[in-house]
Amino acid sequence: MTENSKIVQRAEQAIEKKAAYGRDIDLSSFADQSEQHNAIDPQEISDQQKKSLEAIGVDVSGANRSGTFMQMDHSVVHCNVTNDGVEMLSIDEALRRHGWLMDYWWKAVQPDADKYTARAAIHQEHGYFIRALPNAKIEFPLQACMYIGQEGVVQDVHNIIIVEEGAELNVITGCATDPVVNKGMHIGVSEFYVKKGGKLSFTMIHRWGEEVVVRPRTGVVLEEDAQYLSNFICMHKVNDLQMYPTVRLAGEGAVARMNSILVAVPGSHMDIGGRAVMDVPGTKAELITRSISTGGIIINRGHLLAGAENVKAHLECHGLLLQKDGVIHAIPELEARTDNAELSHEAAVGKIAQEEIEYLMARGLDEEEATATIVRGFLNVNIEGLPESLQKEIDIAVNEFSFGKGA
Amino acid sequence: MLKIEGLTVAVNGKQILHNINLHIKPGEVHVLFGPNGTGKSTLISTIMGFPKYQVTKGKIYFHGEDVTNMPVYERAKRGIGVMIQRPPTLRGLSVSEMVEICSREKVDIEKLARYVNMTSFLNRAVNDGFSGGEIKRSELLQLMAQNPELLLLDEPESGVDVENIALVGQAVNYILERGTNGFERESLKVRREHRHKAGLIITHTGHILKYVPADVAHILFRGTLSCSGNPQEMLECIGHQGYEACVSCGLLEVRA
Ligand SMILES: Nc1ncnc2c1ncn2[C@@H]1O[C@H](COP(=O)(O)OP(=O)(O)O)[C@@H](O)[C@H]1O
Ligand SMILES: [Mg+2]
Repeated sequence: MTENSKIVQRAEQAIEKKAAYGRDIDLSSFADQSEQHNAIDPQEISDQQKKSLEAIGVDVSGANRSGTFMQMDHSVVHCNVTNDGVEMLSIDEALRRHGWLMDYWWKAVQPDADKYTARAAIHQEHGYFIRALPNAKIEFPLQACMYIGQEGVVQDVHNIIIVEEGAELNVITGCATDPVVNKGMHIGVSEFYVKKGGKLSFTMIHRWGEEVVVRPRTGVVLEEDAQYLSNFICMHKVNDLQMYPTVRLAGEGAVARMNSILVAVPGSHMDIGGRAVMDVPGTKAELITRSISTGGIIINRGHLLAGAENVKAHLECHGLLLQKDGVIHAIPELEARTDNAELSHEAAVGKIAQEEIEYLMARGLDEEEATATIVRGFLNVNIEGLPESLQKEIDIAVNEFSFGKGA
Repeated sequence: MLKIEGLTVAVNGKQILHNINLHIKPGEVHVLFGPNGTGKSTLISTIMGFPKYQVTKGKIYFHGEDVTNMPVYERAKRGIGVMIQRPPTLRGLSVSEMVEICSREKVDIEKLARYVNMTSFLNRAVNDGFSGGEIKRSELLQLMAQNPELLLLDEPESGVDVENIALVGQAVNYILERGTNGFERESLKVRREHRHKAGLIITHTGHILKYVPADVAHILFRGTLSCSGNPQEMLECIGHQGYEACVSCGLLEVRA
C-alpha cells in the first residue's frame, strides 16, 4: 500500500469524527464541485475584486512581493515567483516533482484528527507549496490568496511551507470570499516546517462572507534555533470559525510567537486557540490575543505545554466587549511537566473604561472618536521583529476597523 | 470668562456642592483651598462637564454661553482644559499621539516636550508606569498643546518632588501666558496688557503659588465656597489657624 493510500484509509475512518471544539458542521450542505476557473492575471480582475484582495493584504501589482499564488474555489488561477531563493508551486505539482515531499505530507497535522482533516485528506483540491532554499533570505513577502468565488462551495486545500536551514521567509496569506458570495466553507490544512536557524513570518488575514464556515488546521514544527512568528487577523463577519494551531518546538532554542487580532460582529462565532508544545529545553513561546466583540461570540483558548527544562512561555488574552450582548470567553491553560519551566498567563476581559473615554473627551474628542482611539490602542499589539511591510498590512486592517463602521 | 451661579452638584444622588457662586474674569488666576473631601475636585470636574457630576441647580457660563449641560468635548473645544488628579493609563496610545489629539492647531511636539522634560516619554503609552511627577508633566504637555483659555488644575504639585515643582510652575505659566520664562516675542508689559487666559488651581499646600502668581483665593469648606481673598494672606491664615477657624473668621464675604 502506498504512503498516500494509508493516509486516505486513516482519513476514511474519521470521516464522521467530530472536532474537539466548535459547532459540528454538516459537510453535505456544501457543494463538492466547483466550476473550473481559467488562469487569471491579477492585474486584470475587476476593481471590486481588486479591492477585496487588497483588503486581505494582497498586493495586486505584485511589485512588493516575491511571488503570488492564487486559488479560486478548486482552481489554481495564478502562481509565479520572482526570487531564485524560493520555490512556489501548487501542492499537487510539488508532489509530482518532489518525491521527498511525502516526508512532510500529513506529518504536522493528522489526517484523522477530525472530519475536516479527513475531508481534506480525501477530497483535497490543491493548496500551495512554498520552500525557501537553504540560507536564502527572501526580502519581499510571498503572497498566497485563497478565494471562494462560487456560492455554497466547500474549498479544501492543503498547504506546506518549508523553510530550509538558515533561510528567512515572509508569507502573507489572504483568505476571502467574492463580494457576491454569501455562503461557503473553507478547510485549510497547513503544515509548516522551519529547519535549523530558519525563520518564518506568517501573516494570515481573513475576510469572509456572512455565512461562511471556516476550519483551518495548522501544525508547525520548529527545529533547533528556528523562529516562527505568526499573525492572524480576522475582523469581519464570519459565520463560524474554529481553529487551534499547534506549534511543536522540537529543537533547542526554537522560538514561537503567535499574535491574533479578532473582532466578532453580531452573528459571528469564533473559537480560536493556540498551542505551544515545548518538549525540548531552552525553547520559548509567546501567544498573544486581542479580541473585540461588537455582539459576536469569541472563545479564546490557549495551551502552553512544557515538557522540558528551561522552557519559557507566556499566554495573553485580552478581550474588549463593545456591546453588552457579545461574549468573550478566555480559557488559558498552562501545563508544566517539569519543575524548571516558566509559564505565565494574563487574561483580562471587560468593557472600555468610561474614565478612559472621558479623559480623551476632555482633550476634545467626541465619544465616538474617543472610543475608536481606545480600540485602536487596544489592538495595537507591538509585534517585535515583524517586517515593516507586514506591519503596514496589519495597521491598515486595524485602522479600517477602528475608524470605520466597526467601532 | 467663567461665571458660576447658584451651582448645586450631586454625585450618585448625594449632594456634594451647595449653591456655589464664582466669577473668573479674563486674565485672572484663582486658587481653591480646602480640606480633603470637601468637594474641590467635584467643582473642577463639574466645570469640565464629566457626566457623573449631576448639576441639580444653578448654571455655568463660559464666555457668556450656558455650558451647564454641554458634553465634555464641546467644552474642551470651546477652550476649557483640565488636569485631573489621577488620569487613567491609556495602553496602546503613545504620549505623542495623545499630544497630537490635544492640539487644536499644529504644534511642535518635540519643542513642547523639551519644555517639560518629556522628550524621552513621547513613545511611551500614556501614564503607563509613570511616577506622580511624570504624570503631571505629561498632563501639562498635553495642556500646552491643547492651549485652553480656562485652565483647571487639580493639585498640580501633588506627588511632584521639589526640583520638578519649578518645572510644573513654569509650564502652567506658559499656558497661562504668565511669568517671565519661555517667551520669545512679546515684552512683559505687552503681554500683561493682552493676556486673557484664566485659571482655577486647586492646591493643598500652596507650593505652586511660589511659581504661579494668583489673583484671588477661595476656601471651599464642606461643599460651600466660604471665603475669598488674597492668596498669600489666606494661605497664612489656614497655616496658622486651620481651615475651620479661617473660614469662621469671615475675612471677606463670598463674591458673586
Ligand atoms: N463617585 C462618588 N460616589 C460617592 N461619593 C463621591 C464620589 N466621588 C466623590 N465623592 C465624595 O464627594 C466628596 C467630595 O470629593 P472631592 O470633590 O474629591 O473632594 P476634594 O477634591 O476636595 O478632596 C467626598 O466626600 C467624596 O467621598
Ligand atoms: Mg480632590
